[in-house]
Amino acid sequence: MAQAPIHEWTLLEAARKVREKEISSRELTAAILERIDRLDPKVNSYVTVLPERAASQAAACDEEQARGSLRGPLHGVPVGLKDIFCTRGVRTTCGSRILHNFDPPYDAAVAETVRAAGAVLLGKHNMDEFAMGSSTETSHFGPSRNPWDLSRIPGGSSGGTAAAVSAGMCFAGVGTDTGGSIRQPASLCGVVGMNQAGPVTRTVADAAALLGVIAGYDRRDSTCVDVPVPDYLAAASRPVAGLRVGLPKEYFEGGGLSPDVKKAVERALAGLTGQGATVVEVSLPHTSFALSTYYLIAPAEASSNLARYDGVRYGHRAEGASGVVEMMSRTRAEGFGAEVKRRVMIGTYALSAGYYEAFYGKAQKVRTLIRRDFDAAFSKADVLLTPTAPTPAFRLGEKTGDPLTMYLSDIFTIPCNLAGIPGISVPCGLSAEGLPIGAQLLSNHFREETLFSAAGAVERAIRLPRVAPVEG
Amino acid sequence: MAISRDEVMHVARLARLALPDAEVDRLRDQLSALLDYMKQLDRLDTRDVVPTSHAVETGTPFREDEVRPFGDRESLLKNAPDRSGDFFRVPRIIED
Repeated sequence: MAQAPIHEWTLLEAARKVREKEISSRELTAAILERIDRLDPKVNSYVTVLPERAASQAAACDEEQARGSLRGPLHGVPVGLKDIFCTRGVRTTCGSRILHNFDPPYDAAVAETVRAAGAVLLGKHNMDEFAMGSSTETSHFGPSRNPWDLSRIPGGSSGGTAAAVSAGMCFAGVGTDTGGSIRQPASLCGVVGMNQAGPVTRTVADAAALLGVIAGYDRRDSTCVDVPVPDYLAAASRPVAGLRVGLPKEYFEGGGLSPDVKKAVERALAGLTGQGATVVEVSLPHTSFALSTYYLIAPAEASSNLARYDGVRYGHRAEGASGVVEMMSRTRAEGFGAEVKRRVMIGTYALSAGYYEAFYGKAQKVRTLIRRDFDAAFSKADVLLTPTAPTPAFRLGEKTGDPLTMYLSDIFTIPCNLAGIPGISVPCGLSAEGLPIGAQLLSNHFREETLFSAAGAVERAIRLPRVAPVEG
Repeated sequence: MAISRDEVMHVARLARLALPDAEVDRLRDQLSALLDYMKQLDRLDTRDVVPTSHAVETGTPFREDEVRPFGDRESLLKNAPDRSGDFFRVPRIIED
């Protein structure tokens, strides 16, 4: 059988072939850089590509290996990072004009971990500005496009990461997901994406392997929980006989769900039951309140967090201001795009005197109700199966004029993040127009192994093309 | 819930955002529509509900309050939009 082209290899295959010296990291990296060079002008999945740095990192990996040492499980394998993660000395923009010239003096924890595992950094993936968006159209550096159909959005906000992985322009990427920003684009681009810590890959086993690398306690993160990291990769091939799969009825009702998506998720369910899983119906009665809850809490917290972008220490600064307040106000007006301004305004309003309890406080209480829904569901089910996104990828520009319609793209991914539980999107079919569709699996806190087992079973049942047909 | 032009401008001042007139009107319409949608939360009785601020409560982690100089001061300062030696230069703070 002819060997698959390099860009179609999985992360684990690429890592194994480097380890066993079937290919050098230099050759592997050069092949992917060539593909980026050829295809990314169409897809725009990278804000920054690092050909020289990646080539010299790869060469260093090869030399170390020749001396008999391997850095870690990703030794010599080229990957990309969403441009939200600080990378020391490498331009980090967060998709915003306000950071168009920012070179961080330190690495984010995840940048450190993947590097320590031996990965070669190809570049930084395009994203919605400050991760605010569901289509990667709010990037200051232009929208990314869906490699399955270049007239469509890849989803967002980790749309560049999903598009790059899907088009074979990296073996894996790391994104972020506060409301669905990994799972929704993963669904729309036909790849595997997980909210926890951010893996975006072409297979479930790759996601498990990458999570195994980046999971763990980070003492610099005050919200991080110190629990042992299990063997996720082993979990991905574990049988699902006897697994109780809950179908939350609220996710399948209502007019917003496309019939193609419903059918594909039903196939995913059939794949699970065909391997011995059982079905239970569950209810998450506060689902319809999740969107409001999220779009109050997230902008409120973002508006205070974005206060640091004031043009004083780094980033864009407006010219010619006569005083410091004018300088900050004009810097922020020039530096932030429309969606960021909208969320800063909503957030500031919701936190302002007289409104705090009515909006932010209320949303935090509804969050408790949403969390209780999941607690009740997980008393009956081991894992929940839902659509990831209500529709396949929509066209560029189709929803940009109406924020609420855009926000509805995240309706199925938001509740789980409010509850703080893990979720994964795994490809489960194609629409009549040939666009990818993802199924979402959710499990209780720290039950990622269950998720990987279920996702692995869906993947075994439904085989789809691993790389988008971007070359026509 | 309709919010007024004045409210938009007040919030923009709090958020340190200089908004041109056309943007004030557009944001007033968009924010009013979004806040209307969010008012659906009022239908829920949450009187006895404890708010959730973190999905997994970990308590507050503490560390020793130690001074540790950052190793590479130059890498911080080179990002400065306007710099004077080891300082960030800004327009005058006290306005008329």
